[in-house]
Amino acid sequence: MFVLDTIVHRLKRGCETMAYPEGPAPALPDRHGGSLKVDASQCTDGCDRCLPVCPTQAIARPLGKSVALDLGRCLFCAACVEVCPDKAITQTGDHRLAVRRREDLLLGDPDGGEVRLAVALDERLRKLFGRSLRLRQVSAGGCNACEADTNVLGTIGWDLGRFGIQFVASPRHADGLLVTGPVSKNMELALKKTYDAVPDPKIVIAVGACAIAGGPFIGHPQVHPGVGAVLPVDLFIPGCPPHPLTILDGLLRLLGRLKEDRGIR
Amino acid sequence: MSDSSSFALLANATSLPWAEVPAWPVEEFVRATGKEFSRGARLCALFGVPEGAGTGIVAVLAFDADNTLAVARSTAFSGSYPSITATHPQAHLFEREIWEQHGLTPTGHPWLKPVRRGHGNAPANGEFFRVSGREVHEVAVGPVHAGIIEPGHFRFQCAGEEVLHLEIALGYQHRGVEEALVGGPHRATMSQMETVAGDTTIAHATAYATLMESLSGTEAPLRAQWLRAIALELERLANHTGDMGALANDVAFLPTSSACGKIRGDYLNLTALVCGNRFGRGWVRPGGARHDLEPERIARMLERLETALSDTEQAVAWFWDAASVRARLENVGTVFAAQAAEVGLVGPAARACGLVRDVRYDHPAGWHRFAQAPVAVWPGGDVFARARVRSLEIRRSGDYIRDQLAGPADGGIRCALPPPASDTLAVALVEGWRGEVCHVGLTDGKGCFRRYKIVDPSFHNWTGLALALRGAAISDFPICNKSFNLSYCGFDL
Repeated sequence: MFVLDTIVHRLKRGCETMAYPEGPAPALPDRHGGSLKVDASQCTDGCDRCLPVCPTQAIARPLGKSVALDLGRCLFCAACVEVCPDKAITQTGDHRLAVRRREDLLLGDPDGGEVRLAVALDERLRKLFGRSLRLRQVSAGGCNACEADTNVLGTIGWDLGRFGIQFVASPRHADGLLVTGPVSKNMELALKKTYDAVPDPKIVIAVGACAIAGGPFIGHPQVHPGVGAVLPVDLFIPGCPPHPLTILDGLLRLLGRLKEDRGIR
Repeated sequence: MSDSSSFALLANATSLPWAEVPAWPVEEFVRATGKEFSRGARLCALFGVPEGAGTGIVAVLAFDADNTLAVARSTAFSGSYPSITATHPQAHLFEREIWEQHGLTPTGHPWLKPVRRGHGNAPANGEFFRVSGREVHEVAVGPVHAGIIEPGHFRFQCAGEEVLHLEIALGYQHRGVEEALVGGPHRATMSQMETVAGDTTIAHATAYATLMESLSGTEAPLRAQWLRAIALELERLANHTGDMGALANDVAFLPTSSACGKIRGDYLNLTALVCGNRFGRGWVRPGGARHDLEPERIARMLERLETALSDTEQAVAWFWDAASVRARLENVGTVFAAQAAEVGLVGPAARACGLVRDVRYDHPAGWHRFAQAPVAVWPGGDVFARARVRSLEIRRSGDYIRDQLAGPADGGIRCALPPPASDTLAVALVEGWRGEVCHVGLTDGKGCFRRYKIVDPSFHNWTGLALALRGAAISDFPICNKSFNLSYCGFDL
């Protein structure tokens, strides 16, 4: 009898939604590694072992300069971490990765070795979207992993609805777009039309390495190097795909809903 | 197979010098291929290989009952050739693709139009098939759909509620995966293989790694093969559980929907327990695997797996227990077994039509040579059957992982690969959760890829969805679509 069974099940389980953000964040898997940190001063002169192992050429070391890592291009495969003999690139275990400006994902001198996390929207937009944000999701060449881990936020464990954030079926009902994929040329028109259909003021969120810089497909003539090439982007969430916790952190950070960061930067 | 025009035989995950692949003038090639189809062969891949000014066509066939694959090619030519599709519909999309990529025209192809080629900043969809009549109307859906889902365009021809015809136009997700592989492998190749279809990371990565190992004349260490087999079933568990939840959601049966949504994540987290990534990225590599399952991790996995499996069992039991659910799924979106065989369906969609078709069983490679999973089949061909096959496979994947965790293979997990052989063709099939993932690689004189063909199971199965809608109500589309749950990017490449 499923009717009785489901009721008993629900009573036994109680609320299965996580305590975060009021309580602690759920732990990332121990091999996840989280964000990356660059300490360029550790680099040995002339060492460039991390360069050839990076699948997306996210790491550069111009002659005579120190190492620089672009987290927007990064797939977080940690191949560089494995080969680095000097611990110049290390994993931080931190799930927080979202930024407001593309350049805040460039690690190394002179901007510093850590990601510069996103600040909240300005007062006016926060007033509009802070307690009710409707997003239209568009996959533009996404592989369905970023899409899947965005979808996960709607399940009972994460319950995105409790923050007033909801994915809607029509762009006309939306306050912004959440875009995944590098923006394939074949999706360019549909993406632009969807964007145009969203009423002003509106925001654009780029989720995943593809949406930020083209990901593994960077340089292919069939794709753009990320959403930024087609639309103005307000929030970048790195990862391949980003962990759901990273995406949620980004959304809450943008809305100024995280206590730890309120009013900072 | 004794006459002069016989295909070269090979097993899954093996290779063959290009010179040993029989080559005939295209008319004879078409005739010979047709003959093999009549003897029960199934088409795994059909693609062009540019040669000089012309293009040769390569066919990779499967004889499932004989556990063998067969390959042959035409000599290079240009212009037109007699269409295989005219007599054997399973070639229809492949011939469209060859026409689009190489300009070879299959004479007699019933519906020749672009597959994924761009036209400006959208796919060149061409004309849609139209039904005319006073009561007939057309419904256009997509590319941007209502949910968090990939883009594609569906064009329905309806008379009232009834769907007379559905045409599916894709290509929106085209990222140039195959084109980029020419001259490779490149440094981004492994990551691209892991994202051909992101929810099928393990299957595509395993097919690619197996193919590279076969080209190098070696095998991954046994323990790595054991790991890959476990990873593949975890991927199946996560996706099938998600699909059961999605189907429940589409028939407004919320208990199963909300439970499965969460449990799906539990399976993804088991993959992340081993490799850190929920989709298995970074786990499989040519020459083996990058992350091991140590005894302590095995214990943790077993414990969490048991919880997830019993949660799934319960959530799925509610679903099957509800008469309202069963009634909603029965006799909806039926694909008949003969149709399924004719269009070459694979995976759960084929098995739900009663076809015994599973690469793990028919063409075992890697760890599946030592530990096989029984094939889950259900007759009927409707949404009910497709859901049923999934729930049977959830149980069997669970049993399979339990068994494998109890008897790990010893040894290392990675070996160095010698350089790939030159002028060689290799084939690797893997039973992904949607069905047969087929990779075919052909190297040039230097051992670099001259041509690399990827066939995601969705390439075979989208036609199945179109057939399922014939005569159905348009309101049945969501559950029919979910019951197939096909990949857009895996098709668009």
